[in-house]
Amino acid sequence: MKVPYSWLKDYVDIDCSAQELQDKLFSCGFEVEELLYLGKDVTGVYVGEITDIQKHPDADKLQVCQLYFGEEIGSVQICTAATNVFVGAKVPAALNGATVLHDGEVMKIKSGKLRGVPSDGMMCSGEELGINDDFYPGAEVYGILILDKDTPVGTDVRKVVGLDDYVFDIAVTANRPDCQCVLGIAREVAAVLKKPLKMPSFAYTMSEAKGEERNMKVRVEDTLLCPRYIGHAVTDIKIGQSPAWMRRRLALCGIRSISNIVDITNFVLLEMGQPMHSFDMDQLSGGEIVVRRAADGEKIQTLDEKEFTLTHENLVICDGAKPVALAGIMGGLNSEITENTKRVFFESAKFARDNVRRTSRALGQSSDSSARYERGVDAYTTEFGMARALHLVEELACGKVTNVHIDCNHAETAGKKMTASIAKINSLLGIDVPKDTLVGILRSLFFDVKLDKDGDTMSVIVPPYREDVDGWPDLAEEVIRMYGYDNIAPTFLEKASVTSGGLNEAQKRLNQFKDVLRLQGFSESMSYSFFSPKSFDLFGLPSDAPERRAVKIVNPLGEDLSVLRTFLAPAMLDNIVRNLRRGNENGRLFEVANVYIPEELPLKAQPKEVKTLCLGGWGDCDFFDLKGAIEAIGDAFGVKFSFRRGQKPFLHPGVTAEVVLGTKVVGYLGELDPRLAAEFAVEKKAYLAELDYDACARKFTSGTKYEGIPRFPAVKRDLALLADENVACGDIVDTVRHACRAVKEVTLFDVYRGGQVPAGKKSMAFTLSFEGEPNAEKVLSPETVDGFVRKILGNLKHNLGVEIRM
Amino acid sequence: MQNEQTEELRRYAEEAAAKAASGKELYAAKTDVQAKLKAFMSGMRDLPKEERPAFGKTVNELKEKIEALFAAREEELRQKELEARYAAEQVDVTMPGRKRVQGSLHPVTLVKNQLIDIFAGMGFEIFEGPETETEYYNFTALNTPADHPSRDMQDTFYLGGDLLLRTQTSAGQIRVMQNKKPPIKVLSPGRVFRPDDDATHSPMFHQMEGLVVDKGITLCDLKGMLAEFAAKMFTSDTKVRLRPSYFPFTEPSVEVDLSCFVCGGKGCRLCKGTGWIEVLGSGMVNRRVLENCGVDPDEYTGFAFGMGLERIAMLKYGVNNIKNFYDNDVRFLTQFKD
Repeated sequence: MKVPYSWLKDYVDIDCSAQELQDKLFSCGFEVEELLYLGKDVTGVYVGEITDIQKHPDADKLQVCQLYFGEEIGSVQICTAATNVFVGAKVPAALNGATVLHDGEVMKIKSGKLRGVPSDGMMCSGEELGINDDFYPGAEVYGILILDKDTPVGTDVRKVVGLDDYVFDIAVTANRPDCQCVLGIAREVAAVLKKPLKMPSFAYTMSEAKGEERNMKVRVEDTLLCPRYIGHAVTDIKIGQSPAWMRRRLALCGIRSISNIVDITNFVLLEMGQPMHSFDMDQLSGGEIVVRRAADGEKIQTLDEKEFTLTHENLVICDGAKPVALAGIMGGLNSEITENTKRVFFESAKFARDNVRRTSRALGQSSDSSARYERGVDAYTTEFGMARALHLVEELACGKVTNVHIDCNHAETAGKKMTASIAKINSLLGIDVPKDTLVGILRSLFFDVKLDKDGDTMSVIVPPYREDVDGWPDLAEEVIRMYGYDNIAPTFLEKASVTSGGLNEAQKRLNQFKDVLRLQGFSESMSYSFFSPKSFDLFGLPSDAPERRAVKIVNPLGEDLSVLRTFLAPAMLDNIVRNLRRGNENGRLFEVANVYIPEELPLKAQPKEVKTLCLGGWGDCDFFDLKGAIEAIGDAFGVKFSFRRGQKPFLHPGVTAEVVLGTKVVGYLGELDPRLAAEFAVEKKAYLAELDYDACARKFTSGTKYEGIPRFPAVKRDLALLADENVACGDIVDTVRHACRAVKEVTLFDVYRGGQVPAGKKSMAFTLSFEGEPNAEKVLSPETVDGFVRKILGNLKHNLGVEIRM
Repeated sequence: MQNEQTEELRRYAEEAAAKAASGKELYAAKTDVQAKLKAFMSGMRDLPKEERPAFGKTVNELKEKIEALFAAREEELRQKELEARYAAEQVDVTMPGRKRVQGSLHPVTLVKNQLIDIFAGMGFEIFEGPETETEYYNFTALNTPADHPSRDMQDTFYLGGDLLLRTQTSAGQIRVMQNKKPPIKVLSPGRVFRPDDDATHSPMFHQMEGLVVDKGITLCDLKGMLAEFAAKMFTSDTKVRLRPSYFPFTEPSVEVDLSCFVCGGKGCRLCKGTGWIEVLGSGMVNRRVLENCGVDPDEYTGFAFGMGLERIAMLKYGVNNIKNFYDNDVRFLTQFKD
């Protein structure tokens, strides 16, 4: 919200600098995002009077001018190519060292010579001062800006052309739509500076309507979407230019002057926050205004000549025959004010904020009006906005205000009434704001406060434009933001109960889980919860794959982020691809995040959120590093994962395992399919694993279960076994363990092929570690262990055809 | 005669010990000398009875001398061998050590854990609500009805019907208050989603919401608690500044600035010269929100605060682009240790 300093001064006698005012506004809840000094780029430019003009001796197009700047600066010689200068003219002249604007950039002026003749500055055009006609009449003239002949010489030109001013760009929070205007901010300024507010004039006189306007009617069909609609007819319109003061104000707020009538509506928008519209009454057919929902397929062309096809969700203002405005957003081209307009029907209305917002979004059409409507315009201001506009019509003498005033009001315009306790307000704040101060603050913000006899209860009438205030805590906020948050003294829950806090078991376990992976060399990654549905095909998932049953985002940022994740591998592969592309040749990553599993599609209820672990590794990392990490998880949480050969469409068929916990498959592990790797230009082998964390965590055991240690050391035996190539290590280990309870560890330490090992066979060397019962009285004898080994070898031979290697 | 023989044997032993160059040789030499000594001793039998004691004494002295001799030589040799081994086994201590390279936790996790530590110490429990929510929990119960302009402040990803991806962890507040009677002190960290994607916004980020509801909770308590948080999270002299703001679910609402922990408030690049850094949003829980959750607002008051974890991480570690958190570049991820 742009608020010119000079404009604010109309309503409040501001006795502090713009910078001080910025701080005051900040402290009471209005952050000034930018404090712009209009003249910051124009320095060292003074008003001079041309006292003499001579032709340049060596250049036909140049003239040598003498300028007088008063006693302090004296006379300066400046050469110019401009042809509109004359003796006696008052002009802005940039002297040596000055800055002006040139093509929008700041340019420094230095003394120099033009074709041999000294020139100690430059006379300026309006453009070089960064102003247009709205700032100063004649600023757009080609050539030098000729100032008013009464302008005193030697004056800093910024003071003359209106550049000695500030514009506050203020961030107004969503709860304060009443401050989306200069007057609204002025109310706050008056309160924070403890100064009276000087209201502008709303006075006007109505004269008897004589023409057809007497029969003008307004009908509001949807009073929910248009709670208040005020129309007023003005005749004898004299379209012309607005006065300089009004044009300047519009210009300061970034609005171009168009004509007096249009300028009045824009001025009221800026000053009062009330969007207004003016219809050329002679273009309205049927002598009526109808506010209704558009018919589906109905069309309108707005002032900016864009055409829109509407639906019943859009509210339109119509005459007897057709839409003439898109309610709250923009008027129609068919009824716009032109230089021939003779009669005007002013509109000041309140439209439902969400409907304006939705229509504006749906059509992609917005305006200063819609921006205000979206945040909320109150029905009270609707009336004052109209009064102000009619006053300005009289002030600018551009029309005759008739007595045709139609007010369709279905809104509450009186201020809310409430009672509030001073003690309660102070108890919420935790400090004691003195009673008089507290009441004084509320009154300075135009709350009507009557203090009851008990000295504590206040009967309060809220200003009608303060729709945000609906309870005593709002009053507490009004008080403290004006009293000052610096007065809030920190305390540490003096009255609160003591509570015991901290992580619960499941939360602690997740932290431990991440630590296990971290210690296995994996770093935690985080990826978006949504991904591209293209991943399903890229990952070769069959059409009935459960991963494809994913929740779609209705309004995604793009197709690539349009589906909630059902598995984490695509994001992990993205990480691997990105890292490799950046030259990170090795890496191990893990992510623990939710996948979203819908009960049914289309979605009827929140999808199930399943915490899932994904591992990714590449470079100096292989299948067994990932497997080791999963085994380490098992070790840490007292469970044993088993692995068996598995298949995944995106993994190498020979290097893929299902991860099993108990009887349940809880995940997979494998090498990225070389076909997919090639597609993603992954030149190293990459490995992926996923585990259903929630399913695993249900089996995790926590805490320590102590077992006594055996009195005697374990006995070790090494066995070199000869097995068929297709016999799995896991099966050998299982067989060994099954055969003998005394086996505590089976460790594979070598696999050998070739040499004396026959083709199609492999030699596998294991260390077996035997332990007696913890309470055994003597060490396992060599004979006992020999017996164990015989049984183990017998089972291996019988079950797997595995023999001892001689 | 005997003395000569004794002397000869002693010299023989001396030479044999000195000649031995290893433990093994020394052992052989010793065995040899001992055999000789034994033979010499056997001569005692041929001596007259009265001479025997003197002979015995001489022999014993000789035996002790020889023992000592060999012991000394043995020690000498052991020392030599040890020295040789030391020399042979010397390593280049500047060669790299062997270690399992550990990974790192994500900076957002680290910041989350630090915050949990701080607030758990103040009696906060941790509650993680669902990432997909209904409009009721994400907006309506938080005093943000359908036509409310603040629904614009944070646009929303919709999933169909009234389901959406939560835009704020505040949604968890409602679930906590519905299931727990005051006193309540709860921290809700988690992923949140908003359709913004530019240099400073990520469509997914993390928030941490804090909620306290009890009897007699004041705005001063809010400031006090946040001062404690700031001191522990940043530096012990970090100051807290409240200024008015607006959130539909708190009243009064405040924006919380911390004095810049880089420049101490003097003004620097991080704080854009203001001396203050905007860190979180906060306020006293709106009465309507308490009512919506079945908490009597005349009996209980409370405050809530919410902060962006990426923002805290960016401030704490000096990360300048939010996108770094989701690029998962290992050179980025492995830097975070605390």
